Amino acid sequence: MPGKLKVKIVAGRHLPVMDRASDLTDAFVEVKFGNTTFKTDVYPKSLNPQWNSEWFKFEVDDEELQDEPLQITVLDHDTYSANDAIGKVYIDIDPLLYSEAATVISGWFPIYDTIHGIRGEINVVVKVDLFNDLNRFRQSSCGVKFFCTTSIPKCYRAVVIHGFVEELVVNEDPEYQWIDRIRTPRASNEARQRLISLMSGELQRKIGLKVLEMRGNAVVGYLQCFDLEGESGLVVRAIGTACTLDKLSNTSAFLPACNSPSKEMKEIPFNEDPNPNTYSSGPSTPLKNQTYSFSPSKSYSRQSSSSDTDLSLTPKTGMGSGSAGKEGGPFKTLLRQQTQSALEQREFPFFTLTTFPPGFLVHVGGVVSARSVKLLDRIHNPDEPETRDAWWAEIRQEIKSHAKALGCHAVVGYSESTSICEEVCILSASGTAAVLNPRFLQDGTMEGCLEQRIEEASPPGCGFCHIPYDELNMPFPAHLTYCYNCRKQKVPDVLFTTIDLPVEAVVVGKGCLIQARLCRLKKKAQAEANATSISNLLPFMEYEVHTQLMNKLKLRGMNALFGLRIQITVGENMLMGLASATGVYLAALPTPGGIQIAGKTPNDGTYEQHISHMQKKINDTIAKNKELYEINPPELPEEIIGSPIPEPRQRSRLLRSQSESSDEVTELDLSHGKKDAFVLEIDDTDAMEDVHSLLTDVPPPSGFYSCNTEIMPGINNWTPEIQMFTAVRVSRLSNINPTNQTLNKNFNDLCENLLKSLYFKLRSMVPCCLCHVNFTVALPEDELVQIAVTAVAITYDKNQALQANKAPTEKSQQRASTDNEEQLQFPLELSSDPLSSQPFSPAKEALEGASSHTGIPAAQRDRCNSWIELIKLKAQTIRRGSIKTTTSLEKASPLAEGYLRHRSVPSGTNSTVSVVKMTPLSFLPGAKITKYLGIINMFFIRETTSLREEGGVSGFLHAFIAEVFAMVRAHVAALGGNAVVSYIMKQCVFMENPNKNQAQCLINVSGDAVIFVRESELEVLPVQPPAAAPQPTGSAGDVTT
Amino acid sequence: MSSDLDVFVGNTTLIDEEVYRLWLDGHSVAEAVARRLRGGVLEREGTSVAVLQSDTRDHYRTFQMLERLLHAPPRLLQQLLFQIPPERQALLVQRYYAFDEALARELLGKKLSKGTKKELDEFDNFKRVFKAVEELRGPLAENIQQLFLLPPPLARDYAAIVFFANSRFETGKRRLQFLSFGDFAACAQSMMGHWSQGALAPEAAEPDGDLPKSFLQDLKELKVLVSDKDLLDQHKSLVCSALRGKISVYNELEANFKALSRALVNVGGKLTHARDVRDFFVDLVEKVIEPCRSDKWSLGDLRLFLTHYTAAPRNLPGFRHQALWERYMAAITACLLRMYHD
Repeated sequence: MPGKLKVKIVAGRHLPVMDRASDLTDAFVEVKFGNTTFKTDVYPKSLNPQWNSEWFKFEVDDEELQDEPLQITVLDHDTYSANDAIGKVYIDIDPLLYSEAATVISGWFPIYDTIHGIRGEINVVVKVDLFNDLNRFRQSSCGVKFFCTTSIPKCYRAVVIHGFVEELVVNEDPEYQWIDRIRTPRASNEARQRLISLMSGELQRKIGLKVLEMRGNAVVGYLQCFDLEGESGLVVRAIGTACTLDKLSNTSAFLPACNSPSKEMKEIPFNEDPNPNTYSSGPSTPLKNQTYSFSPSKSYSRQSSSSDTDLSLTPKTGMGSGSAGKEGGPFKTLLRQQTQSALEQREFPFFTLTTFPPGFLVHVGGVVSARSVKLLDRIHNPDEPETRDAWWAEIRQEIKSHAKALGCHAVVGYSESTSICEEVCILSASGTAAVLNPRFLQDGTMEGCLEQRIEEASPPGCGFCHIPYDELNMPFPAHLTYCYNCRKQKVPDVLFTTIDLPVEAVVVGKGCLIQARLCRLKKKAQAEANATSISNLLPFMEYEVHTQLMNKLKLRGMNALFGLRIQITVGENMLMGLASATGVYLAALPTPGGIQIAGKTPNDGTYEQHISHMQKKINDTIAKNKELYEINPPELPEEIIGSPIPEPRQRSRLLRSQSESSDEVTELDLSHGKKDAFVLEIDDTDAMEDVHSLLTDVPPPSGFYSCNTEIMPGINNWTPEIQMFTAVRVSRLSNINPTNQTLNKNFNDLCENLLKSLYFKLRSMVPCCLCHVNFTVALPEDELVQIAVTAVAITYDKNQALQANKAPTEKSQQRASTDNEEQLQFPLELSSDPLSSQPFSPAKEALEGASSHTGIPAAQRDRCNSWIELIKLKAQTIRRGSIKTTTSLEKASPLAEGYLRHRSVPSGTNSTVSVVKMTPLSFLPGAKITKYLGIINMFFIRETTSLREEGGVSGFLHAFIAEVFAMVRAHVAALGGNAVVSYIMKQCVFMENPNKNQAQCLINVSGDAVIFVRESELEVLPVQPPAAAPQPTGSAGDVTT
Repeated sequence: MSSDLDVFVGNTTLIDEEVYRLWLDGHSVAEAVARRLRGGVLEREGTSVAVLQSDTRDHYRTFQMLERLLHAPPRLLQQLLFQIPPERQALLVQRYYAFDEALARELLGKKLSKGTKKELDEFDNFKRVFKAVEELRGPLAENIQQLFLLPPPLARDYAAIVFFANSRFETGKRRLQFLSFGDFAACAQSMMGHWSQGALAPEAAEPDGDLPKSFLQDLKELKVLVSDKDLLDQHKSLVCSALRGKISVYNELEANFKALSRALVNVGGKLTHARDVRDFFVDLVEKVIEPCRSDKWSLGDLRLFLTHYTAAPRNLPGFRHQALWERYMAAITACLLRMYHD
């Protein structure tokens, strides 16, 4: 009996009138946990009842504590008929189960009803007494901390980053059970909410067990998702990164090194290797202490053998970079071996983190992704969710081999998602292949000696850009040059990643949000046929998305993408692709060339004129963008940079042949001398449309920047004003005979208009930046497209921004000049080879591979691996988009000095309701997070049968989203917190039936509840006492039982 | 491509003051968009009509959801649905309860509990406030301020409206048209301030909106000042001797004293009968203000006269109601001075 849960119902307020005759309510409360229920007395004739109940005590084991939510139901007593439910509150008591989080949950909670929404509030106090449980074989994992944040939480230090944890549980969806034909919608919704709450509790507990097995004490980057598979059931799955975290004893005053041993560090023993020198002594580094057995209960025991055979079959994707054996030096080789051996212990060396401790990330290879189309099928035995497990295992295996092909042992910024339409499901996974520093990956600390050496090996500002793969054996065609920062190692011409921009990265100018948008029509089909047609479309979509991203990146004069997220959504008669990323100019990478348009029929005069007109527009746009984003890279004479390194042709495993479009490219190359350009060949109307659409992206209005990463590259002086928001739009694609072009245009307009609308709404915050802009697309019905955006607008000080921005530029300029001498060591024999510098020219071998693929549609239906594979496929039909790059020496104009504006920050408030900030970021500008109170993970259903009366679909959803925010805030406030960080709306499923005047919506949100202190307040109190939670009203003085 | 559903929800509720005003003024979304367009927002922000429409709809929806809470402003402070900074909450309430004085002037003294089927939000506000404080004890303006979180001047105006509605004073007669809402509100304030129970004892038994019955009853005692011929004569001579040489209309005063005094005393004496109460302001205008005005009294003359007229009975032998008299005359004086203009 390891726990006692205690609940006290204090009072209610603003209850709805339940008795029309008296205009009053006779309310009482049922408190339910597991199978035990308590009731308060009836408080007669009041809309503001004061129950002031006794403490209701539930004696339960901790497994139950983790799985079950506390259910509080407010009812209206009726003597003659059944009692009417007013509404419910579900409280997740998980935050009370670990020692460092909240100690009491106390406050006003909105009383929520799935039909009526919020109906008044109830004041509740909840506590847990945990007894020490020494049972080592326990089923519970109390004490393991969970964080949604995808970086090491601010007041902790990572002792060990163990790695990937995953789990999924399945069940039948109550909504689809026979009983729901006779149950009321309310009962059905509540059954569903309760089940999901139960399943997420169970999932979290199981993940916690895995973490304990790995000797970790926390999960960071925890992402839990629901798959509503309709008749085939309900899947709740989660991934995360197991870590051993050490609480920093004082977040403000002390160095991270002086940790006070915290309570749970004692509980969870980790092997502290006392001899830091073992590491540098060679590959004999003991990893013996680690037993990374993932889910021993699971069926798949497939320990990933590093099969090099994979490589030849699936040369995987990525916009690469890397280091090479040639110039890496002995240390690097050692490092590589270390990491390799450390990571090979793991089945999946994946990390859901997107930001890392300094020195963790050694090299980045590029984006790896895998998708697979599956047919859903009833889950027969919920206790053995093997099919779904196997599906994901397959995809992860693929990701792993892609990473290996890029010369990487790990995948960072890893995430998984699904898109379901009827019985077809697309499973997607993506991440960034990377080489990691082993020091964080195993027990024991060996900082001192290693840190220095790593810095020698790779300069902090550019090291991550250096290619990890073998230059002589490149997994895909890439164009390499010597790093523009250190000049010692090679870098690719562009770099795509799913992670946040590393803090140490040297960037030029500011970043910006880049989106690629795409629609593809698909015939309506059933089952297998449908899955096949979807798998056939996927490669083309990915290719197009990628081409768009590349074009838009060039158009902005930038050379790297961070936070890349590609979402492919499946609907009845179309597929939609939406990729979002933050473009940036990395100082280490070469200046991107321009975009060159080439026409097919050069003799036609008017056509030529048209082409040159387009070319001018593109050139103007690039020039304008460079000015807008302040892209002013230090000027380097071409001789110093040297020509591009010739790519070894025949030696690489992937043979590269002359592309079919090579003739034109050669011609163009001649006409442009050494300057390279990205060639867009216009050979049909399609391509014309593409060029047009390239130019339709309107830059944000002055004073606005936007990005989808945590921080905006180039801005670092945030002021504390933030505004988190969610916007949802559903649009009808009204074309009678839609074509891909019209759909693309519609979709593009929809996204652009939505962004425009956001800028207008937030105009009072200028100068500001929209950060973590997160778009999700759904196709709820035949012609409907739903787009949901969550982001945060943060104000910044324009004056300081300009000053701070100059520093890196100056620094890199300086570096460039000092490096001149060194640079001369690299002989100019590395002359350029225009043909080999086409990252996406279809290779002969690829073509062969593709044709062999077409013979086996089953394989295609099931998987669409990566860009490389799809490029192979694409090569058969698509001729345009062949590409060529060299250095362009165009210079943007100097910084545009904007006018200055100072904004006063609203001061603290003394409103009755405490203010709770919400943000999708892991931090609050100008504030210090002093305590993490626990994870918030909430799922709500709202339904109406009086849609018109509630203001139509917009009125209905507006109210619901506001209600969800309110419930999140109330829970955070009750935990004693004043903010939610890493907030995310994972799902927003909206369905309507206007003919029946009905609508239903499901929303799933999560985040980390925290206490933050303003930095200005910290300065006043130099020694911050261990974060004391502000006692919520109502709990004061009522602590004893 | 049309947007069926289009919402924007901020963690901090966005309030656009301009759109709020348009909404309060009863404009439809289309009208509001047209007005915003005329304001030049497109040129300023470089946006599109569609964006403006979407924005306006969002704000209107928010206001519609807020309206329920605005009906009981303390709930706006306690509710959890909208996170609104306090200064914005105050602005919302203040603007919501602000009213057009011309309209208020028209409605003064009319029944608020029912009837008057004007489809006006402002009228609904009057009714709501009236209903909420009708039964409450204590100072009216303070009650309103507490229940509706209004700034003090606005709360005082509402108190005046409630006071007029309770006592049903006639304000619509042609000869009263020169009086503004502000004049009446000031009069109501003086009357409540000097005459109500709350003015004397905060724990008063009767609502401030009604004048205390006992006080009105007592006012009948003052009739002696005009019914007793000796007292009337002595009163006149005391006032006249005090004002001789100090007032430009001395002759007129001497000639009219008795008529003026009768009017001033009888106005109070009639307050016990609901029917006569209605005529309070009519009587003051007809019997005091108009005669003085036709005799070209200056405001200073009137003030001087009323001061001495109020003070003199202290020296009248046998007059024992000086305190009551002064309490009565304090409000009458304030009303007359406020009303004495063109």
